[in-house]
Amino acid sequence: MDRDMIEVKKLVHEYIRRDEDGNVESINRAIDNVNFSVKKGDFVAILGANGSGKSTLAKHINAILHPTEGSIWVNGLNTAEENNIWDIRQTAGMVFQNPDNQIVATVVEEDVGFGPENLGVPTDEIWERVEQSLEAVGMLEYRTQSPNKLSGGQKQRVAIAGIMAMKPQCIVLDEPTAMLDPNGRKEVISTVRELNKKEKVTVLLITHHMDEVTFADKVIVMEHGKIVMQGTPRDIFSRVDEIKQYRLDVPQVTELAFELSKAGLALPEGILTIDELVDSLIKLKQSNIDKAK
Amino acid sequence: MQIVFDHINYIYSSGTAYERHALKDINFSIQKGEFIGLIGHTGSGKSTLVQHMNGLVKATSGHIYFNGEDIYDSRYKLHDLRSKVGLVFQYPEHQLFETTVFNDVIFGPKNLGIDKLGAELRAYEALKKVGIGDDLLDASPFELSGGQKRRVAIAGVLAMKPEVLILDEPTAGLDPRGRDDILDQIKSLHEESGITIILVTHSMEDIANYADRLFVMNHGELIMNQSTKKVFARYKELEEMDLAAPQVTYVMNALKENGFQVPTDVTTVTEAKDEILKLFHR
Repeated sequence: MDRDMIEVKKLVHEYIRRDEDGNVESINRAIDNVNFSVKKGDFVAILGANGSGKSTLAKHINAILHPTEGSIWVNGLNTAEENNIWDIRQTAGMVFQNPDNQIVATVVEEDVGFGPENLGVPTDEIWERVEQSLEAVGMLEYRTQSPNKLSGGQKQRVAIAGIMAMKPQCIVLDEPTAMLDPNGRKEVISTVRELNKKEKVTVLLITHHMDEVTFADKVIVMEHGKIVMQGTPRDIFSRVDEIKQYRLDVPQVTELAFELSKAGLALPEGILTIDELVDSLIKLKQSNIDKAK
Repeated sequence: MQIVFDHINYIYSSGTAYERHALKDINFSIQKGEFIGLIGHTGSGKSTLVQHMNGLVKATSGHIYFNGEDIYDSRYKLHDLRSKVGLVFQYPEHQLFETTVFNDVIFGPKNLGIDKLGAELRAYEALKKVGIGDDLLDASPFELSGGQKRRVAIAGVLAMKPEVLILDEPTAGLDPRGRDDILDQIKSLHEESGITIILVTHSMEDIANYADRLFVMNHGELIMNQSTKKVFARYKELEEMDLAAPQVTYVMNALKENGFQVPTDVTTVTEAKDEILKLFHR
């Protein structure tokens, strides 16, 4: 049987603070007995308040952090085994929040080539990969430019191309849009969706923007290091009161639909898009007219 | 008029290959106690504009008046302006540096030359205003949550008792509740003390809930300067500038296109709900 891309079993991570003599001062359990799996080719979103453990979890997936208890397998490789680390990092690439911290070269194409070069990929193939990756994120025309002159969204797309050039099977994005304007956010999210659909890359997206996850295959909600909700976006966002309890929110149309249902309109649960709401309202009006006849 | 911009131009690196006309003939006035939203995509000139307001950047040409005085007059004390116009930068928590929350907030008023007791009183008051309780006064700023740190940083500016508070993306990177908490705090600050607020943001949904008037910047020009409702009614123009209206505005416009008799200048969930319920006679 084909294994899942990511399997997390009974994962615990504790940040332990020690004083000068090495005595334990405090223990912070950032991840508390977490179990989940991500199928190959899926687009999974992780939501949660600041400090809920999302980033700590993400850093386990490409073995930046190691479990205190429990285990993680990435494409069947256990992250606890030292020998697996390079394979794991090549399998699962990470994109972080601040685009400026991730750019290393002075020319876009050299930045993208940095990863494969480090992996010892032959020169001809590096150039081929650079071209393919820049093409995939729609940044090919900027290949000879300085990254400094790019917008935030463009820089993030270059960072994603840099990861793609290492041919990962999975990309983990930790709030990649937090520092971008609406247009930059749109660029990055549609780029990631394309990669997921066309290149079949498994995506794990961490975000605070609810409207970025409405098309995900699965949404995971974390609180205090635990998974508290798991399901399709429609399942999750139809539980408006519950999700707000976890310091989160729903897309504005979902909130409007929820408020209208509460006031007595017979709308379907978990409306996620403007079109869905408008269509439902049109149908509702029509059926009211039919009844009146 | 509290702040007046009169034909302000700003040119970066004038005379070099990097020359850029960052602000082009900007004119506006702001009255005391207004709540202004400033929107525009990255690089549109928003940050350059607000940095002119407290004299951090000097215009290439034009005049700025604060409470009727020309801030570029040789006798004008720019130092005073900086305490009257408080600027909270993006990710202000990166600028926290003291050992305790209280010491960090005292730093500003102390620098203004206020005596110890006075500075302490101001710090205490400012922390109260942003909702930081007594239990956190002696905590290290680095032990706080993201939202708490940001509120401490805002308190640091408030302790200087500014007449105008400018906030550049105060909610970036916060979770949705943290975002609402900060914005609600800013709103009550505005209502209780009558301080003028200028909020720079990328979130159209947020700004619709708070601002009375919007400034829209594009390529260094002030394209729109109107009430929030009027600006969002021009959502098609906003889209051409890589901006958008709140989702509910789109819902109302789509309903109208489908033959429903609804107003299209709706910008908040509550308004939209009321209008839609009217259609169904509830």
